[in-house]
Amino acid sequence: MMPPFADLISYFENSALADNIRENDLLFPLIESVHVVAICLVVGSILAVDLRLLGLASINRSVSRVTAGILPLTWGAFVVAVSSGSLLFISNATEYLGNGFFIAKIVLIAAAGLNMVIFHVIGAKDLPRWENDTRLPFQARLAGGVSILLWVAVVACGRWIGFTMPAG
Amino acid sequence: MTLDAVLRDLSKWLAATPLSQTIQTTGWIIPTLQTIHILGVAAVFSSAILVDLRLWRALQRDVPLADVARRFLPTIWPVVLIILITGSLLIIGEPRRSLLNTTFYLKMALLAVALLLTGGLQWSLRSAPEFWDKDRGRRIAGRFAATVSVLVWCSILFAGRWIAYTQVG
Repeated sequence: MMPPFADLISYFENSALADNIRENDLLFPLIESVHVVAICLVVGSILAVDLRLLGLASINRSVSRVTAGILPLTWGAFVVAVSSGSLLFISNATEYLGNGFFIAKIVLIAAAGLNMVIFHVIGAKDLPRWENDTRLPFQARLAGGVSILLWVAVVACGRWIGFTMPAG
Repeated sequence: MTLDAVLRDLSKWLAATPLSQTIQTTGWIIPTLQTIHILGVAAVFSSAILVDLRLWRALQRDVPLADVARRFLPTIWPVVLIILITGSLLIIGEPRRSLLNTTFYLKMALLAVALLLTGGLQWSLRSAPEFWDKDRGRRIAGRFAATVSVLVWCSILFAGRWIAYTQVG
């Protein structure tokens, strides 16, 4: 690890906030529950969009109307998931950074973000031309399918972190 | 025999079954079941919340409530079946964790309420698509039902996480 990064990690891990989360019997499960609620909303709402891209759900609505009705929930929940996840992370940062499933989870979330950006910038360039179709062009179906696989893997990694962390 | 003793015996018997033994001794089964369980919960919970947000008129105001309900609520039921199957397998794998845990029964009671609310909403909109838009009273009642639904679903997820922290030794 680069020294400035290591300093930053130990700064957060040694903060009073991290200490509280570690020591208080209620705080960790409470934040964890909020994290699960938020993750479920992120994954479930993105799944609804992905199924539209795959032509398996909401097919009588255009892609942009589906996303306009769902993505505000996704983004709101994502902010809560990242905030609560960060609090869980700083309570035991060194252990999490040494956990392969944690690293994989972060990489997979970044990949899901990248998939979305690529679809927006390249795949959805001529969206108005086909967004009302039931069967969307290959790039849209690909983005939807890849997104589902990535988010399933994110949830799996999340669950595996719990089984591979030393008991606190 | 007390209920507690019955549940203890049941847990002991379940834990000794070959299926339970397999789940206990094969490391990847429990996290895999939990992953499927959570993905199912994510689908059901998000569907319910999206309809609740429509009842609040927060999202998808351009679509009639009945259309939103028809898009999101029917899929809840087959997914609930998957959740119940994976949940049951998790109980068979670790019977004491749930069967001797008050939090688990609270979660099941809340689930019953949530499913009744969902079924009731589906039924009301099938009998009358304008059911919750007829007058001001109905609209307020709809928002109230949506608020209860959000709170109950969140409590179910909280209880689910809490089972891990309240199991008996």
